Amino acid sequence: MENNLVLRVVIKFLLPFAMLFALYVQFHGEYSPGGGFQAGVILAASVILYALIFGLRATHRVVPQVLVETLVPLGVLIFAGVGVVNILLGGNFLDYNTLDRDPVQGQHYGILLVELGVLVTVAGVMLAIFYFFAGRRRGMAGDGDEDGADDAPDRRAPGQRRGRRDRSGSEGEAADD
Amino acid sequence: MEQLINTGLLLILLGVTLNIIFMRNLFGVVVMGTIYSFVMATIMIALDAPDVAMTEAAVGAGISTVLLLGTLYLTKTEEYPVRGHVLAPALVAAATAAALIYGTLDLPMFGTAQSAPQSHVAPYYLAQTPVDIGIPNVVTAVLASYRGFDTLGEVTVVFIGGLGVMILLSGRRRPGGRGAGDSPAGNDEDRPDGARRGDPPDRQA
Repeated sequence: MENNLVLRVVIKFLLPFAMLFALYVQFHGEYSPGGGFQAGVILAASVILYALIFGLRATHRVVPQVLVETLVPLGVLIFAGVGVVNILLGGNFLDYNTLDRDPVQGQHYGILLVELGVLVTVAGVMLAIFYFFAGRRRGMAGDGDEDGADDAPDRRAPGQRRGRRDRSGSEGEAADD
Repeated sequence: MEQLINTGLLLILLGVTLNIIFMRNLFGVVVMGTIYSFVMATIMIALDAPDVAMTEAAVGAGISTVLLLGTLYLTKTEEYPVRGHVLAPALVAAATAAALIYGTLDLPMFGTAQSAPQSHVAPYYLAQTPVDIGIPNVVTAVLASYRGFDTLGEVTVVFIGGLGVMILLSGRRRPGGRGAGDSPAGNDEDRPDGARRGDPPDRQA
């Protein structure tokens, strides 16, 4: 996949727009269809697209696994944290009215923060699942399916093959040190 | 006209489903699943639910496809032929379907204004959102504010789901046993930095 010039150029051109669209869906969710969940999925999908074309290794350099694993709980913390702040400000759990002197403005802040939490967790979980799936090699499932590698070439997504080569190559390096 | 479009979309859905049932090549099944999701998203648009359609298109057609292809890569792509009798499973499936269809008889007709979802809290939300929240998209208002606690639960479910997958696939070896992520190159216990099997190789290099 890495040698496919058209794909590489087109994806590099398209990705900023995909990510911008995710942000639009996120922050325009109060006015148009969308919100944290959809935006998180679109954001994760754009990174996955990058991984399919440029390989898992390059993607790890852009979005490290540590970052992804941090995002997963961070979103829930933001969401629940807003609720706790509401309690500290004298309201009920997730009562956004307390966030500002003007209750309606407080609702705006609350929704914005809460949607941010949703975005962070959803994007993190989607990416984490993808990383963990794509990072595995064939025959690791424990069913002894080592012979399956021989008749493989015709039956899998091209992008996956690329990820595998990355992985097996780096496995060797990891074993060396 | 709307009836015609809905019927057409549902017929396409039926065709795709039958195709999936009789297809043996799992790669083809995944592709058909993507088509199914896109048709489903179109139906959601036809039902005036763009929020759901967006989610369906992104999750069902986008990410699910990638994950399923990733899974296919780890297994075989050809479904094993069914051995033994298919009569009993077919009977169970038919009985379940009959029970579900019987259950739908009690549901209110599609789009009825008097149905419980339309007459219970929905009018309150529709009337109060401009006053209480001050945003035009009532879906967001209900999701994030009125039903914020439910959404927190939803996010927690996503979080726990992701956590489960990460724990299952990180494949830490049990002492003395063959762990899920066993591989010849792995010698996790010896790594001084405590890097795990699921970590990207870049971090260890």
